[in-house]
Parts: sequence; structure tokens; C-alpha cells
Amino acid sequence: MQAESLGFIFLNAAIVNNFVLALFLGICPFLGVSGKLDTAWSMGLATSLVMLISSVCAYAINSVLVNFELEFLRLIAYIAVIASAVQLVEMSMKRFSPGLFRALGIFLPLITTNCAILGLALFQTFREYDFLQSVAYALGAGAGFTLAIVLMAGLREKLELADVPSVSQGAAMTLMLAGILSLAFMGFAGLGGH
Amino acid sequence: MADRKADPSPIDADTFLEGLWRENPVFVMLLGMCPVLAVTNSVVNAIAMGVATTFVLLASSVLVSLLRNLIPKQVRIASYIVIIATFVTITDYVIQAVSLTLYNALGAFIQLIVVNCMILGRAEAYASKTRPLKAAVNALGMGSGFTIALLCLGSVRELLGAGTLLGFPVFGENFAPWVVMILPPGGFFVLGGWLLLFDWINQRNARKTEEAEVARAG
Repeated sequence: MQAESLGFIFLNAAIVNNFVLALFLGICPFLGVSGKLDTAWSMGLATSLVMLISSVCAYAINSVLVNFELEFLRLIAYIAVIASAVQLVEMSMKRFSPGLFRALGIFLPLITTNCAILGLALFQTFREYDFLQSVAYALGAGAGFTLAIVLMAGLREKLELADVPSVSQGAAMTLMLAGILSLAFMGFAGLGGH
Repeated sequence: MADRKADPSPIDADTFLEGLWRENPVFVMLLGMCPVLAVTNSVVNAIAMGVATTFVLLASSVLVSLLRNLIPKQVRIASYIVIIATFVTITDYVIQAVSLTLYNALGAFIQLIVVNCMILGRAEAYASKTRPLKAAVNALGMGSGFTIALLCLGSVRELLGAGTLLGFPVFGENFAPWVVMILPPGGFFVLGGWLLLFDWINQRNARKTEEAEVARAG
């Protein structure tokens, strides 16, 4: 595992094993906030920021927990860290960019229950990444999430104008679209070693 | 605390049944999508995930309901998450002890039950406002609805993707499996397909009721 280069980890998390389209993490915001392009952008960036913060914190906490042989507390500790990181991002966003804060609305606190973030913390622990590798992994995952949600939002804005049968409007259509997008990302699978 | 007194309505069949169909967490509310799509590539995984989630939902609903008058309003979400995380840790260790194959197949998704919005949503919207027994009945209904939805996806994906059901071959020798169904895109397609089917049924029923009313009026 130590042999993996930082660039490879980044690309792997962002494209080959894209968090949303290949690992099914963070589907709720992916389906919920991808209606408009600019909200999708901000959601992607906010999530990436929380990912980076919680990845660093999770790395630190895990070293402490392993040191004291308290691994069974890992899950509770991680989720507490993520909740605080989200709170932090929320407060600073409210202070520095109120417009964005209003646009994201309920989805901002919901980043806490975004499985992509907890998943990131858990995966980096399972794979025993060191500090720099964890940071590269978090950046890759954030980039991948942003890429997926922005692509989806672009497609859905176009789809608004399309003439689809009334029965397939809404969630069903969105899922089919996600399926096709995921199919496209399968093409990258040959790049990785997993 | 007066606003969080248990609501007096009795436990009836609807307490259980609403989770199965009218408020099905997957097909109607679109909650807890991540495990729904990720672990339903075979029937066995789907059942295991459904049972594990139902257990966590049931246990945390009862505990949240018991503690509803002790938890201060300001820290309720954090408290619910800690309660849920505790039960998920228990489930995680139990599955690891019972079957290592299953544990490896489900991977991190057992621990990710913590962030299943369905469980937190039920704790916040239902269990914190009602009696333990009623919360338990409702949680069982929701859990069953979730498990059935996972089974719907899992059986279709395993049948088409591998030509087997619960590991037994169904279609005979000459069947060429649709590998894409087991891969990630298949999850999106199958769930989209089921939603289309349910939308179609609902729309047809609505049209029938409308026609019946027009006929009666005319």
C-alpha cells in the first residue's frame, strides 16, 4: 500500500473509483442538489472542504485511538469530528458568503450525513494511508464528487427542456441519467489497478 | 417539555404498514440510497444489509423514544447520532464474528449505516415524539419496507447480472449474463426501472379514479 504514489491516489479517488458513480457514496446530495449548475458547484466545493478537514482530523484521531487501543470508538469519534467540521464550514460560510449560505439551505447541515465523508475517513483508515496519502485521497475524493455533481447538474439543466413522457419525469429519469453517467465512468476502470 | 409528550393515538395496522408502501423509505421517500445501490448486487448481501439496518433502526428508535424526555432539544441530533453509532458498532462486530465472508462483501457499508438518513430521519420525526412500543412497531415496518426494497433490487440484479438467484442457477447453461447489472451502472438502472414501474402504477390508478368520478358525475 505504501508504494502507491500521491498522484495515483488522487486520480484513483477522483476518476477511476469515483466516490459517487462507482462507489455509491453521497448519493443523497448527488440527486438532491444537482438541479442547478451553480448550486451544484458550491455544494461540491463545500463538501470537498469538509472532506479535507475531516480527513486530516480523522487521521489524527485514528493515531490517538490506535495508540490507546480504543478502536471500537472509531466510528463515534469520526462522526463527531465530521459534525463539528460541518458546523465550522457552516458558520464561516454564513459569515463570509450569506448568499451561498441561503442557496445551499438544508443541504449544508446534511453534509454531516453524507456517506462520502464518513466513507472517506473509513477507507483511508482501512487502507492505512499515511498523512500525505490521506490528504491526496481527500482532495481526489472532493474533486471526484464535485465533478460528478457538476456533470449531473449540467445534464439535468438540459433535460428540463427535453420532452420526456410524464411518467418518467422526476426521480426515475434522474436515476437513469446517473446510470448512463456511471456507465461512462466505467470506461476509466482500465486506468486503475483495483 | 410539554411539546414532546407522547401522542395518544393508538397503535394500529397503519403504524406498521405505512413503512411498507405509502411511505416506503426507498421507493417513495428516496432515503438511504447509498446502501440501496451499493450492496444489492446479490440477494444474500441485500438480505444481510436489510436485516442489519432494521436492527439498528429498531434498537435506536426504542432508545430514542425512551430517552425522549431526557435529551435536551439543543443537542438532540448529536445524541441521536451517538445512539445510532453505538448500535452500528455492535452490529459491525456481530457480523464480523458470525460471517467473515459476509463482512468482507459488505465492506464499509455496515459502518456507513450510521449515516443512513432514514434512521436519523425516523429518530427525529417519529421516535422522539412517541411511545417506545409504537416507535418499535413503526421502525419494524420501515425496516421491512427497506429490506423489501433491497430485495427488489438485489433479485433483479442477481438474476440478470449472474443468472442466479441466491446462488442457484436459474436460466440454464446458455444464458449470457448482463454483467453491467452487477456493476455500478446497473444499480442506477434497476432502481430507475422500479421507480418507473411504481410511477406508472400510481398514475394509472389516479387516472382510473378520475374516470370513475367523471362517470359518476355524468
